[in-house]
Amino acid sequence: MHRGMSVGKRATQATNPVEGLKRLLTYLQPYRLQLLIVTVLVIISTALNVLNPYLIGLTIDRALLQLDLNELLRMVIILLSNYLLSWLLHVLYGQIMAETAQKAMRNMRQDLFDHMQKLSIGYYDKQQAGDLLSRLTNDMDAINQLLSQNFTSFIQSFSSLIGTLIMMFVLSLSLTLVALIVIPLSVIVTRMIMKRSRPAFQSLQKTLGGLNSLMEEDIGGQRVIIAYGQQGSSLKDFEKRNQTVREAGIKANILAGLMPPIMGLLGNFNVIVVVGVGAYLLIQGIGNVTVGLITSFSEYTRRFGRPLNQIANLFNTVMAALAGAERIFEVLDAEPEIVDCENAIRLESVEGRVKFEDVSFGYKEDTLVLHNIDFIAEPGKTIALVGPTGAGKTTIINLLSRFYDVDAGRILIDGNDLREVCQDDLRRQLGIVLQDTFLFADTVMENIRYGRLDATDEEVIQAAKLANADRFIRHLPEAYHTELSERGTNLSQGQRQLLSIARAVLADPAILILDEATSSVDTRTEVAIQKALLNLMSGRTSFVIAHRLSTIRNADQILVINEGELIERGKHERLLEEKGFYYNLYTSQFKGLSVEV
Amino acid sequence: MESLRKILPFLKKYRWQMIIAIAAMMVLSITDLLVPRQMQTIIDQGIANLDNQVVIRSSLLMIGLTIISLILAFVNTIFSVTVSESFAADLRNKAFSQIQKFSFSNLDNLQTSELLVRLTSDINIVKRSIQMTMRILIRAPLMLIGSLFMSITTSPRLAMLILVLIPAILVLVWVFSSKARPLFKAVQQRLEKVNTVLHENIAGVRLVRSFVRGDHEKKRFAGVNEDLTQTRIKVNRLLSFLIPTLMLILNLGIVALFWFGGNMNIAGTITTGQIVAFSNYLLMTMFPIMLLGMILPQYYASIVSMERILEVIETEPTIVFPETSAEKITEGRVVYEDVGLDYDGDENEHQPVLRNVSFTAEPGQTVAILGATGSGKTSLVNLIPRLYDPTEGRVLIDGVDVREFSQAELRRNVTMALQNAVLFSGTVADSIRFGRPEASDEDVIAAAKAAQAHDFIMEKEDGYQSHVEQRGANFSGGQKQRLAIARALCVNPRILILDDSTSAVDVETEAEIQKALKKLMVNRTNFIVAQRISTVLAADKIIVLENGHISAEGTHETLIESSPTYQAIYHSQLGDGVEKAGELAIMEVQNA
Repeated sequence: MHRGMSVGKRATQATNPVEGLKRLLTYLQPYRLQLLIVTVLVIISTALNVLNPYLIGLTIDRALLQLDLNELLRMVIILLSNYLLSWLLHVLYGQIMAETAQKAMRNMRQDLFDHMQKLSIGYYDKQQAGDLLSRLTNDMDAINQLLSQNFTSFIQSFSSLIGTLIMMFVLSLSLTLVALIVIPLSVIVTRMIMKRSRPAFQSLQKTLGGLNSLMEEDIGGQRVIIAYGQQGSSLKDFEKRNQTVREAGIKANILAGLMPPIMGLLGNFNVIVVVGVGAYLLIQGIGNVTVGLITSFSEYTRRFGRPLNQIANLFNTVMAALAGAERIFEVLDAEPEIVDCENAIRLESVEGRVKFEDVSFGYKEDTLVLHNIDFIAEPGKTIALVGPTGAGKTTIINLLSRFYDVDAGRILIDGNDLREVCQDDLRRQLGIVLQDTFLFADTVMENIRYGRLDATDEEVIQAAKLANADRFIRHLPEAYHTELSERGTNLSQGQRQLLSIARAVLADPAILILDEATSSVDTRTEVAIQKALLNLMSGRTSFVIAHRLSTIRNADQILVINEGELIERGKHERLLEEKGFYYNLYTSQFKGLSVEV
Repeated sequence: MESLRKILPFLKKYRWQMIIAIAAMMVLSITDLLVPRQMQTIIDQGIANLDNQVVIRSSLLMIGLTIISLILAFVNTIFSVTVSESFAADLRNKAFSQIQKFSFSNLDNLQTSELLVRLTSDINIVKRSIQMTMRILIRAPLMLIGSLFMSITTSPRLAMLILVLIPAILVLVWVFSSKARPLFKAVQQRLEKVNTVLHENIAGVRLVRSFVRGDHEKKRFAGVNEDLTQTRIKVNRLLSFLIPTLMLILNLGIVALFWFGGNMNIAGTITTGQIVAFSNYLLMTMFPIMLLGMILPQYYASIVSMERILEVIETEPTIVFPETSAEKITEGRVVYEDVGLDYDGDENEHQPVLRNVSFTAEPGQTVAILGATGSGKTSLVNLIPRLYDPTEGRVLIDGVDVREFSQAELRRNVTMALQNAVLFSGTVADSIRFGRPEASDEDVIAAAKAAQAHDFIMEKEDGYQSHVEQRGANFSGGQKQRLAIARALCVNPRILILDDSTSAVDVETEAEIQKALKKLMVNRTNFIVAQRISTVLAADKIIVLENGHISAEGTHETLIESSPTYQAIYHSQLGDGVEKAGELAIMEVQNA
């Protein structure tokens, strides 16, 4: 069975740029009319620009050298209207492009987000959160750059290259041939530098990646560093890596920085050759060379180098953006492992009978985490899952929520195989409270309301009261309207758990799942919550995982799990009498004490 | 502007390199200016007089000048890249070392992700501006002055043109920047919102799935996404006006040049060569101003970034340790004297976290701290290793205020296993050795055995040399906590604090840990924050906290008689018939 997807390999170069570009273009598809208009406008405005040096040459030859005032006036008016028209077109396509590029970006971001909502939990478990986030932000940024700036620059450079070349040929074949001699030279130089700068940039990326992950780890774990007084050694490591980044950065950027002056030199050299040869031809009277021609031709020669340069520069950014696009498409291409089958059964409401039939499962192909788990939870009953760390309790919950699919056997809810039930319907019946509580950067009120979006403020407060959260919420600076975030607010782990219980209370599910939901709440509060939960649990099937055995004494059925196997089951008293695994687990609470006594 | 001034000290170190880079650029600007002069010579003298010699001489001179330009450009590139990369590295070092000085309360106010963005992309943005300044922008005023000078010497009357164009461009740039600035800020804010929703949906994916809120989240994302899109469209629309308009102004200058220059030419007061050269100078005069206009947006961004970096660098550590301490920790007697703590410092709004806390922990004693969620247990023990300072009263170790110990002295003798077991990547042995890098392999193994981590470590393929991923991602919650306890034990401190550090460990394993600790605890003062009553039963002293003050203090035997709160906690966990099982177990062990 294949369950993995490639996790976070970071390429700095696109492996298949053409494919990436094609897919990127599909996002521009809806805006093809706008893009067509932009392309046409760019070409026209570039053509107008290309005409300028020619017009200036004409002005010199016809008006200045002939000392003709009328001709001068005519030429100046032509120049003026040419400039104004090209300005108008430039602004126009800029406006259209601003909107088109951003809308395409918006669609792409939304697509990506929508797809993320489809991906299974297994995907997130395997992905590094930081890597995923970096794809959605940094890589997206590179593409934004590509669409909003480089697209028009590319058309502009390309059409100006062709336009300039045409004008040069029209003006003077012999001078054009002279000017083109420099091109192979610049190609050779470019290649020489690229050959050295590419590996330099790759090694820069690598050292930079190392530095970034070191910073992420150290700053993320700064409190531990402080508590152990290890700031000094952490700083030493950092300085060492920072130094390698500095060296790699200097090397790569110097190599890349040599490019523009060299291209500039070649361009200047070209102009000089053209002017020198042109002047020589004029003096010798060979061909129809005029002063105006030399002026405009030297300008064309200068311009000819510019788009070449730009295209060379663009090539780098385009490749970087395509590498980013590839990483984004990797996310978009990740198949959700768990999808609804055809004609999935719709569940309006359920009684809450849960049956595990001979269920086996492993996160990895070759290692099973659960072996032949078999039990029935009758509607309205409370099932406690007990066992040492890593026994497979949370895995059972993962399967019941269909975050993963079983490898063997099946799970039934009200007699329906989970795999045949609509996922959303299934989860609407479940109320899950996890050990790792998650809160949004929003008010306390909205965080609880997440359990049922149409709940009124009164209902939210009622739920908070049931979960015993109301009292501490009222002590917060702005009570229910206190904004929660990582920053500033000092909610303890226990308080966070209370909020997430309130959320589940509000959701009012048919099946309640508490996975270590009260591990950080003190026992007295827990007892109080349990009273509330007990009310809540009546008429609901409940699954409870807890290390604290006091939590589970009253369960209708206790399932003892060890190393993925269901080894004991029954009520608390009976299990104690059996003096088996459960008994040992239970009495061990006092062993620490006994040494002392 | 303030932030610009604050960059200077970071650049001071590199002043010679900067001077060389800038000097090279200055000379480069001059050689660049001389090239059009030679063009003028070719047209006016060479062609007009049909003199090949002049053409060849001027051409060779121009080639010579461009080669000098190339060398100067190389020099500039090498030095400016070195300076800007070194500057960035220094800034990173400075910011990171400042973070290393932070205390817990500093960290409460700065999110990890924010700090990371500041140390990476913000520093990059500033670096790019510095590099751009040295490589391009420094050229601008030189080119402006130089070409102005050249154009005046070419034709003073035509030079008047430039005096009209410059203010026009300046006004345009000014109008543009006053409009663009708030928009740039708005884009950053919208982008942050988009990132927040993304981050929440990755970190909270289980929650979103289990509550079937996919559609709700999609709508939420669509909202912030649309906001960002609209703001970006506004900015880009504005930007798309700037460059064409700057170019238009420049081109209007050229038209005017030909009109007025042409008239003068026809009148015979100026040569054609002069007009051609002048049009070159005109381009050169306008170029730096256009450049300024185009680079301006980037400068805004880098000023914002610099402010954000300075915020980190200028954050004063709230806790500063003395360099050395005359006093040594020998016994490990901890005394709280009337201690109060208030994180926010404003006492009117809500009650302080701790108030009037006084008690003594004798050397070798085990003190357990018990109390409701949010009653201040963690805050209480945080004061001993000085993770926070009390706002009232004082905490003494061996009769000395903790604020008088050096950091090294305190860390060597006081170790705390934090509630949240964060592990660093590396080998298992390195992780355990974290607090005392010089610990021997035997020490490491002994610590792991006591923390009940030895067995699962040995089950790993490479034992103690097995790799620990970032945040300990390849270990379960209980395993991480046991490794964290081993890490604390390995320091072998005089005072050990376990802050609810076994919550994810099953009861049986916890009991084993307790037993092992017992043996190790002999010469040590221990503080245990716990939820489970079983963890605290054996303590020499139990402190019951309620809303930040001590409501009862004593041993299990005295408290079970005298403290209603303690009784309530006890019965909530070990109610009905449970005691019996407990007693049974105790008897069994005693008999054995």
